[in-house]
Amino acid sequence: MKLAYWMYAGPAHIGTLRVASSFKNVHAIMHAPLGDDYFNVMRSMLERERNYTPVTTSIVDRNVLARGSQEKVIDNIVRKDQEETPDLIVLTPTCTSSILQEDLQNFVDRAQMESKGDVMLADVNHYRVNELQAADKTLLQILQFYIAKGRKKGEIAEGKTEKPSVNIIGMTTLGFHNQHDCIELKKLMADLGIEINAIIPEGASVNDLKNLPRAWFNLVPYREIGLMSAHYLAEEFGMPYVDITPMGVVETARCIRKIQQVINEQGANVDYEEFINHQTMFVSQAAWFSRSIDCQNLTGKKAVVFGDNTHAAAMTKVLAREMGIHVVLAGTYCKYDADWFREQVSEYCDEVLISEDNGEIGDAIARIEPSAIFGTQMERHVGKRLNIPCGVIAAPIHIQNFPIGYKPFLGYEGTNQVTDLVYNSFTLGMEDHLLEIFGGHDTKEVIQKTISADSDLNWTKEAQGELNKVPGFVRGKVKRNTEKFARERGFSQISLEVMYAAKESVGA
Amino acid sequence: MTVAPSESLTFECETGNYHTFCPISCVAWLYQKIEDSFFLVIGTKTCGYFLQNAMGVMIFAEPRYAMAELEEADISAQLNDYEELKRLCLQIKRDRNPSVIVWIGTCTTEIIKTDLEGLAPKLEADLGVPIVVARANGLDYAFTQGEDTVLAAMVQRCPNKVEQEEEKQERNAIQKLLNFGKQKEEVVAEEAEYANHPPLVLFGSLPDPVVTQLTLELKKQGVKVSGWLPSKRYTELPTVAEGDYACGVNPFLSRTATAFMRRRKAKLIGAPFPIGPDGTRAWIEKICSVFGIEPVGLEEREAQIWASLEDYVQLIRGKSVFFMGDNLLEISLARFLIRCGMTCAEIGIPYLDKRYQGPELALLEKTCHEMGVPLPKIIEKPDNYNQLQRIHEVRPDLVITGMAHANPLEARGISTKWSVEFTFAQIHGFTNARDILELVTRPMRRNNSMKDLGWDRLVKEEAQV
Repeated sequence: MKLAYWMYAGPAHIGTLRVASSFKNVHAIMHAPLGDDYFNVMRSMLERERNYTPVTTSIVDRNVLARGSQEKVIDNIVRKDQEETPDLIVLTPTCTSSILQEDLQNFVDRAQMESKGDVMLADVNHYRVNELQAADKTLLQILQFYIAKGRKKGEIAEGKTEKPSVNIIGMTTLGFHNQHDCIELKKLMADLGIEINAIIPEGASVNDLKNLPRAWFNLVPYREIGLMSAHYLAEEFGMPYVDITPMGVVETARCIRKIQQVINEQGANVDYEEFINHQTMFVSQAAWFSRSIDCQNLTGKKAVVFGDNTHAAAMTKVLAREMGIHVVLAGTYCKYDADWFREQVSEYCDEVLISEDNGEIGDAIARIEPSAIFGTQMERHVGKRLNIPCGVIAAPIHIQNFPIGYKPFLGYEGTNQVTDLVYNSFTLGMEDHLLEIFGGHDTKEVIQKTISADSDLNWTKEAQGELNKVPGFVRGKVKRNTEKFARERGFSQISLEVMYAAKESVGA
Repeated sequence: MTVAPSESLTFECETGNYHTFCPISCVAWLYQKIEDSFFLVIGTKTCGYFLQNAMGVMIFAEPRYAMAELEEADISAQLNDYEELKRLCLQIKRDRNPSVIVWIGTCTTEIIKTDLEGLAPKLEADLGVPIVVARANGLDYAFTQGEDTVLAAMVQRCPNKVEQEEEKQERNAIQKLLNFGKQKEEVVAEEAEYANHPPLVLFGSLPDPVVTQLTLELKKQGVKVSGWLPSKRYTELPTVAEGDYACGVNPFLSRTATAFMRRRKAKLIGAPFPIGPDGTRAWIEKICSVFGIEPVGLEEREAQIWASLEDYVQLIRGKSVFFMGDNLLEISLARFLIRCGMTCAEIGIPYLDKRYQGPELALLEKTCHEMGVPLPKIIEKPDNYNQLQRIHEVRPDLVITGMAHANPLEARGISTKWSVEFTFAQIHGFTNARDILELVTRPMRRNNSMKDLGWDRLVKEEAQV
């Protein structure tokens, strides 16, 4: 047992559901107790999704404990198949159902016989993998399923597209700024003259998976989700892949050069140097920013970076290499992939921290006292307590990290967004610091004119106590309304009863 | 779908495929209510993830709750659960020094059959801190029923009678609060204001201001509340002796009610719940009638509250409401809204205890007859998919539902109110009736301010579920 107050990565089934519900017309059925369908709430709230989340639950209750699920799971699958005619139904076990050790594969096989759509079982171990690993695994599983099916029917696409083309792998629902990143990558590919063959899983149809081999190469922008699928496609079809995250000016250039090499090997004969040069110098403002006086003032300032592998590693490199900021500590919660992280950031920071314990990171931040933090919502909170500004660069995230405006982290527009994020965090910190030194904007004592300043009314102790429980920002209003009420009715003393009567009369 | 007018309420039961919060969510409000407690949820990452996301910002306030996260070795019993729990509870005792540790059993502890009730007394003796066990799991319960399991376990811990006069003072927190700053003679004089009746304990966790309001409301009728379960502190649990009276303030507390009756031999006052001015009046009247007190001024008080609500009532009069069902407050809220002039075709509810909710159901029926509206269909264990079909068919003016369906329904031009807000807002007593309507009318007021924009339906294909 482990005492835990907070976790960075969610449980495995969340990863499976993120992948399944990213596809078009794929339905997930969770084998779970009542209340485990919290995923629907997150998707509906965080992504402000207009459509019903295609996830339902085959509920595990006392009866299931006593007698097993029996026909229940099969009935639910067949019912969903008829109601919504999905292309695929993914039966998703949860940590609860996995200890029941029911033969879910058997249910799937039997349900398949009665269903028009395909049915498969998500195969992840809930006690060994987290959300991110499970998402990676599930994407691979769905891919394998449809490649195998395509082969059986002889439908796997032969040959390559005429022009160079790419599959972008790993865009998912509830991913950090994934929708914006996706638009930016599409734009980047268009600028490079590369056709998009497919984007998976977000918005893709499972029926298109058999066309994946037509692309010249695969691009995996995020370290956490999609690599397993890229490996698989490389082995099966000899498709090369590019796994350099195009985040920051230098890494974006490196990614584009790798793409150039990969497609030239297949006879494309392109030269992107001119493009990279033009974008770097004149489209992205990031290179010019690092040269400007603003950025000079950031030189040597201390920062701490923490997040998932992709974003924490990229951010560390941007801060250290492109802005001259002193990254004292870079860390990740992707413990299972720690070696990669170490290798990526070691030369750009003093310390590396691999941990899933938010207390440990909080302590490290308190010890280091950086000028700014770049982390998850948890680090933002640590920053608030320690009065250190924080830019959020990775999940776990809140609704405010699903902005409506266009805010990619990848590609050339991404470099602009990251620059703003970094600069705003540091200047805010600086402004605060100056205000403290000079004692605030306006050092004259503020004289407030309120009715209660010359109150002729007596508040009883308990009423005063009750008033103090009212949140600060409305307390003044409640006090004024209550006193107005008391005056109008000629009360000289304000007791609890008067207070509540006042509340009823004004509805405040 | 039209509802044929019928003479009495109809009850149906569907598949139970509906969305609700896991009952472990009760720790979020109970740890705030019971200030010296620590809640330890013994479960998996799934439980932790739910709490972390459902409680949103609160998680950052260093709450007095934590997960005892089970690992593979716990599941396969390679680790000794007693030793593991002891280690964690020692750490909690060291870091937080709580007066009680509440263990929340989950689905996983049920399935692997961890004997929490057996382990607790042993560990309690070793540790010197009371350990209360509540099995608030998703296999058996929905959302607010979590509080029911915790309170039912706490009924056992209420002292029988208090020997020391000093400790009695200590325990009588509500009276102390009300008498705060008064001279002893004044207090004695005030005691005389109460009618002579057997001790009354109220149960149900409410925010402190609401506790004070309801207590004062009864005080006006000469009814003395001698204790409240839960109190602000675990060390202030009310005394319960055989023959004392107990009355619930929330509709989801049927296990707690049973525990009072069967385990403590208390007498239960079955009443409608003090939600809405009609419910509050009925609740007070019932308590008074049990103690043989003639209530004074209640009718005027109710009328006066209704008058102050008129501007909000106008917005919903004649409109229809549909409860998808997820928190067990549905019957009481529907009864209040029907009294406001709404019609209600369907009340979904996770679980209905017809005995405990009996007086509330009777009031609902009476309200429908008096308002001349058809009686709603009550659907226990609803099926959300079927409900959505019915909603799209009848297109009610307001759907009270969980967050999973709220945005998709709004995108299809159907106004919604998020049901969970009713559990966290102050909705009890005369004073807070306006707060309920503030919530209920919010989508109407939003609609009024945006009515000419033509942005009702924001999905391309015709409503497909």
